[in-house]
Amino acid sequence: METLLEPLSYAFFQKGLFVASLSGALLGLIGVYIVLRGMSYIGHGLSHSIFGGFAAMQLFAAQFYAIGAGLWGIASALAITTVTKRSRVGADAAIGVITIASFALGVALFAKFGTSGPSFENALFGSILGISTGQIIGLVAVTILTSAFVLLRYRALLFSTFDPDVAKVSGVNVGRIEAALMVVLSLAILATLTVIGVTLVAAMLVIPAVIARMLTDSFGRMLAYSTVIGMLSGLIGMYLSYYAGVPSGTMIVLVGAALFIVVLASTGGRGLRRSAGLDSHSEDLVAEKSA
Amino acid sequence: MIRLDHVAAAYDHHRVLNDVSFHVHEDQFTGIVGPSGAGKTTLLRLLLATLKPVEGTVWRAPNLRTAYVPQLETVSWNFPITVFECVLMSRKTSRLMPWATNKEKKEVAAVLERLGIADLAQRHIRELSGGQQQRMFLARALLRQPQVLLLDEPTSGVDVSTRHDILHLLADLHEDGMAIVLTTHDLNGMATHLPHLVCVNHRIVADGTPSQVITSEVLENTFGARMEVLEHLGMRVVVDEAPTPFTPGLRN
Repeated sequence: METLLEPLSYAFFQKGLFVASLSGALLGLIGVYIVLRGMSYIGHGLSHSIFGGFAAMQLFAAQFYAIGAGLWGIASALAITTVTKRSRVGADAAIGVITIASFALGVALFAKFGTSGPSFENALFGSILGISTGQIIGLVAVTILTSAFVLLRYRALLFSTFDPDVAKVSGVNVGRIEAALMVVLSLAILATLTVIGVTLVAAMLVIPAVIARMLTDSFGRMLAYSTVIGMLSGLIGMYLSYYAGVPSGTMIVLVGAALFIVVLASTGGRGLRRSAGLDSHSEDLVAEKSA
Repeated sequence: MIRLDHVAAAYDHHRVLNDVSFHVHEDQFTGIVGPSGAGKTTLLRLLLATLKPVEGTVWRAPNLRTAYVPQLETVSWNFPITVFECVLMSRKTSRLMPWATNKEKKEVAAVLERLGIADLAQRHIRELSGGQQQRMFLARALLRQPQVLLLDEPTSGVDVSTRHDILHLLADLHEDGMAIVLTTHDLNGMATHLPHLVCVNHRIVADGTPSQVITSEVLENTFGARMEVLEHLGMRVVVDEAPTPFTPGLRN
């Protein structure tokens, strides 16, 4: 017991535990919509895209790098949506081009000009110990904003995710809901980037939601389970990273992956059936639109 | 309630409908029939205002409440949602908390009861039969208390008994004062039972009662194939004319 409580005596660990749990819960919550809309790849792409904005802002106004990276991410998300809707380019190709080009730009800028903010490694793999009070406030603000968005627009979000065509007919402004979701997703990725890291954020968007889907057939419960699973992954991952001496983001993702294996083993074929074809909805829509 | 005047519709500059004029009145109960790709669903989309015409005008009565029942094939049946959640999603709320109030629970229960699926409220949508899935979407549409109900192929993929049930249910709703427009390519099972038909093949080929529209000539113009029309107990019955008769034993 003493061994378990020992890290809690350090202020930096208490702060880290809070930040890791909140980041996991935030990504778990928003991840449900990302997974069910077949947008897992956009989470991956946006985290890389934001890295480009992150690096570019170091050159012009390093103190505002978070704001710049956030705007860069939102612009990338809206660019992907626009390119996909107005051209024959598929969403996966648009994400591939826009976000990975942005990531490459970020790497080039870091290599050429260096950084006065977080290091290259910290940006890639996350560093909870280096998180500032301002970043914690930002994370709390984004979590409150995301929770308010999900609660206030719950039915419209659900309707536009499940059945966008009928949602439009029923008075839901599907375009506005999608744009707002992209903005919230960009902010969530930005707020958790320095905690979990560019390369691992996408995993935490997907893993809790997939585990939750294996556990339930109800949307409301999936949302709750995914948030709790994300939070637990953050909490346990942070603890284990202290003892194992590895970056917190890495351990948080590994705990999520371990939970996935445990749930898969315990739910067996039922869980697999539930999680199979999670993004088939988007394929249906693409097929329908191209018909 | 809705009026299309000389409307044309296109996807990516490819014309699907040309010079279509179609009015939806309060007492409408119409079936839109035609072959696959003829523009039936496009016509529904024009009525629903989810598609803008490239020519002509669309007029809708102000504050008109419409509801739409999609084709079952376009739905992701693995989506994590129960029947209750699916029906409730169409109910707008201005409350801060998203869960259903007691009043909303009663409304959903009442509409599920009317459609005979009250005991399935907590089931996942994948666990329902084709007919039950169709009823669930009807329940979602009815919760909006629409003035006009539009349905895309409501009897596609359901058995004969369910088809009869759906037809009777729609007739009851029409009796209650709801205007109904549906698409179907089921001539004998659905179209001939409706009071009004519109035959579509990229344009309106014919428009009238089944006795006016279900003729060999109109059907050939609509479907591009010869069909024989017979009379049985005062109703029209359509029989395909096979191009070459099948003779058993020819292979050997």
